[in-house]
Amino acid sequence: MAETILSLRDARLSLDGNAGRVDILKGITLDIARGEALGLVGPSGSGKSSLLMLLGGLERATGGDVAAVGNDLTALGEDALARFRRKHMGVVFQSFHLISTMTALENVATPLELAGADDAFDRAGEELAAMGLEDRIHHYPSQLSGGEQQRVALARAAAPRPDILLADEPTGNLDVANGEAIMDLLFGLNARHAATLVLVTHAPELAARCDRVVRLFDGQLAPEDRQAVAV
Amino acid sequence: MSLRVASRIARRELRGGIRGFRVFLACLILGVAAITAVGSVREAIRAGLEREGATILGGDVDLELTYRFAGEEERAWMDGVAAEVAELVDFRSMAVFGSGDAAERGLTQVKAVDDSYPLLGHVVLEPDMPIGTALDGKNGLPGAVMAPLLMARLGMEPGDRFRMGTQDFILMAALVHEPDDAGGGFGLGPRTIVRTAALENSGLIQTGTLFETNYKLRLAGTTDLDVLKAEADELFTGIRWRDRRNGAPGVQVFVDRLSTFLVLVGLAGLAVGGVGISAAVTAYLEQKTAVIATLKTLGADGRTIFQTYFLQIGALTVLGIVIGIAAGSLAPVLLASVIEERLPVPAVFALHPRPLAEAALYGTLTALIFTLWPLARVEEVRAAALFRANGERQRGLPRVAWIGLTLLLVVGLVSLAAALSGLWILTLATAGGLIGAFALLALAARGIQVLARRLAPAARGLSAVRLALGAVSGPGSEATSVVLSLGLGLTVLAAIGQIDANLRNAIAQDLPERAPAFFMVDIQPDQMDGFRTRLFDNPAVSQIESAPMLRGIITEINGRPASETGGDHWVLQGDRGVTYSDRPPDGTVITHGEWWPQGHQGAPQVSFATEEALELGLAIGDEITVNILGRDITAQVTSFREVDFSTAGIGFILSMNPGALAGAPHSFISTVYADAAAEAEILRDVSSTYPNVTAIRVRDAISRVAEILAGIAAAITYGALATLLTGIVVLIGAVAAGAHARTYEAAVLKTLGATRKTILRSFAMRSAVLGAAAGIVAIIAGGLAGWGVMHFVMDVEYGFEPVSALLIVAGGVAATLAAGLVFAWGPLSARPARILRARE
Repeated sequence: MAETILSLRDARLSLDGNAGRVDILKGITLDIARGEALGLVGPSGSGKSSLLMLLGGLERATGGDVAAVGNDLTALGEDALARFRRKHMGVVFQSFHLISTMTALENVATPLELAGADDAFDRAGEELAAMGLEDRIHHYPSQLSGGEQQRVALARAAAPRPDILLADEPTGNLDVANGEAIMDLLFGLNARHAATLVLVTHAPELAARCDRVVRLFDGQLAPEDRQAVAV
Repeated sequence: MSLRVASRIARRELRGGIRGFRVFLACLILGVAAITAVGSVREAIRAGLEREGATILGGDVDLELTYRFAGEEERAWMDGVAAEVAELVDFRSMAVFGSGDAAERGLTQVKAVDDSYPLLGHVVLEPDMPIGTALDGKNGLPGAVMAPLLMARLGMEPGDRFRMGTQDFILMAALVHEPDDAGGGFGLGPRTIVRTAALENSGLIQTGTLFETNYKLRLAGTTDLDVLKAEADELFTGIRWRDRRNGAPGVQVFVDRLSTFLVLVGLAGLAVGGVGISAAVTAYLEQKTAVIATLKTLGADGRTIFQTYFLQIGALTVLGIVIGIAAGSLAPVLLASVIEERLPVPAVFALHPRPLAEAALYGTLTALIFTLWPLARVEEVRAAALFRANGERQRGLPRVAWIGLTLLLVVGLVSLAAALSGLWILTLATAGGLIGAFALLALAARGIQVLARRLAPAARGLSAVRLALGAVSGPGSEATSVVLSLGLGLTVLAAIGQIDANLRNAIAQDLPERAPAFFMVDIQPDQMDGFRTRLFDNPAVSQIESAPMLRGIITEINGRPASETGGDHWVLQGDRGVTYSDRPPDGTVITHGEWWPQGHQGAPQVSFATEEALELGLAIGDEITVNILGRDITAQVTSFREVDFSTAGIGFILSMNPGALAGAPHSFISTVYADAAAEAEILRDVSSTYPNVTAIRVRDAISRVAEILAGIAAAITYGALATLLTGIVVLIGAVAAGAHARTYEAAVLKTLGATRKTILRSFAMRSAVLGAAAGIVAIIAGGLAGWGVMHFVMDVEYGFEPVSALLIVAGGVAATLAAGLVFAWGPLSARPARILRARE
């Protein structure tokens, strides 16, 4: 059996909002195997993105356990989580989240620099070239199209060769052609580098490209997915 | 029609409150309040001088004569026109307390009075007693009252005996307040008041000694001052007239100049505030892009949109100005007692309308200048902006009409400031300096961005440094707003620091190296030989220079009133020292003409200081008339010679042939160059041997001048600090406005694996870089201003002063660092997920 790289045990997330405390995730138990491509689907507000944030250590679970690459994420502090992500995770967002004051090359080099890589800029350049952006490396995000920005974001997430790639609706802001190109690149990374991919998406055809799909409804996994895990 | 609609929409929009306008209001309030406060204090002093004019003057009219008393005819005229006349004699002397080696000696400015003094107001003494009683003295000794400063210096208390010249006095009380003090001007020694009759046997008022007499006239009924002045001019020669309409002209001019300068510093503050005002309006309108696009979709035209936001900003401007005026006009009234205590002149603190109107006008113009460009951009927002994900940001210059209008407003503001102050050159120079500093700072900000961009590759691998350089150089950089906001305030401070330090150096370090230890004045001709021998025999004395000294007023040039040729040149203002010499003194450089032949007995000839002669437009062969002791002496100018006033040696504008001044009573002046360590001994020796001789220690005189300069520098520094405070408000505004972006950046960096330490280091570094940039530019611009003032105005060599410069850079770094770190807390503690999700 393949090694489990991400594991949730009765993970819960409640947030305090203006209308009082809201339970976002209501006890999720889920194992994800190394190299697996997992699709997370569900209606808006079902907790997909929140679940992804828990997996990335970007949000702290208010109950249960979250483990990644053998580390208990709930026990790690803010900086320890940052160092963990630096080593093991790449995250791609729907809104790209590039740093506007940095060029494409600098954006991609940043996680490598943070990880102490001596050849950060060479590797960043190669990664951008692999995304077909060799002519755009010195452009600022505001000078790039949406598709180009998402490719830079993807290069940034992939450059440190993380064990896990988390993608939150990466094609949500793109047209069909750009969306397809991004997904090809994403699944290509998953296949080429054996990176575990967790993909949040609304699109059934994208989910269909994953090895496994789990569905969320109102902060809980669909019964059949729960069962699947139990087995 | 559109204005009514616009005002309705504007009102609805303002329902959201003024949250985004805190910096806008703070900048406007601070600037307007500072200008109002300076103007209000100026008006208070003006009103005070007007109300108390006669008291400050000591009478309705003051007639001043230079080292002579009024003649019989003159005195008779005064007694005839005035209800009461008081005669005052003013001179310098040495007060000696104790005897032998233990005696303490101090320079004092003596005012000798008659029984009528004071005609107006009251002399306040401690212990309390009438001035007449105090001057009566006791135990057979004439009485004296003395300024507490001199009493402390000499270690005296009421009841002690002291000596001036050869006369003993008894100190009856400390002089707390003399009503006619402010009009007197600059005095080197603290005051002592005695009765003139008591000086009879003192040996102090002799023919040729340096003294002035003042006749204070209290007029009866409604005498026409102009008619009286014309009569006096006819009757007296060499007289100086002052009347109650302008009791302290020197003080008034000084206050006007200083307040003009402070208003200009205040305007610099408003200009700094303008940066914040502009930034706040830009940010507000950017945030309103969707609303504007929606309004356009609903059919609003560009004009209505412009009016809508113009009215909103206008309403807030009025609010800011009203609060600023209220604060600026009330503060002096509330602090009246504190301010009055520190002012040497009376002041009437009240709400004076002129400075209020002035500040309102300045505030309105500044707000208009800095808000028109961002406001003009609302016209350019298109309805399509609604359908773009990131909205539209308008860049570049607005329409030519707006640029023209803004330039017109700038010209209007500068002209207004110049017209209100009446000092066109100073105002234009300040405005030019401000605009230049603005341009320099904007260029520097751009330069820092380019430099950061160039340096970024070198910082590869040092993630915090590269992140900082990226943030400084990249789009949306805070470089311009931070450097501009802090830089201008620091520039003003740096300029003051450089000028102050250079002046101090000039008077405290350079001068004494070349300057004599003492000026000895009032040496009688028959004392000169003994005086010279005595000092020559003293091994500590290296050099003595002596010259006969008279004082005279240049009244005519070539038979016409002197002012027709020389205007208001300082040489023609009041009396000047005149000397005589058969031969040119050693080292004299004759630049034009020839010195008179030895023993010349013909018509009087005069040698004039070259620089001043040329400024007055004099030529060799011209005739000048000098009134000395009431006698007119007309002499032909036969030579010009170089006179260096900067060494504090003896320098006379006028030197005549001895025959011209033969018979005129006079004394000698002498400069004594000696080791600093021997100064006390020389003072003791001279003043005990020649009690009538007054010794002015140059070191003391220099520190008195330095004290006055320090006072002026302090006043201007307060003004500059107000500018800096505004700058810090703008800086905080700029940093606060960037907090949102930094929170987001920190969230992304955390996602990429950056620790809080790395992020904090990056934030701190970018703040420090920008602060240092502002500081360095401030030093360059401040240094240039300092050089300009020293070189062109003071005519003193400029030397860069590093200590204040380093403090300025350190201050700049500290201010931006503090602001940056305070606002770093939020971004560092925020959870990345929430921040990133909010942007999805």
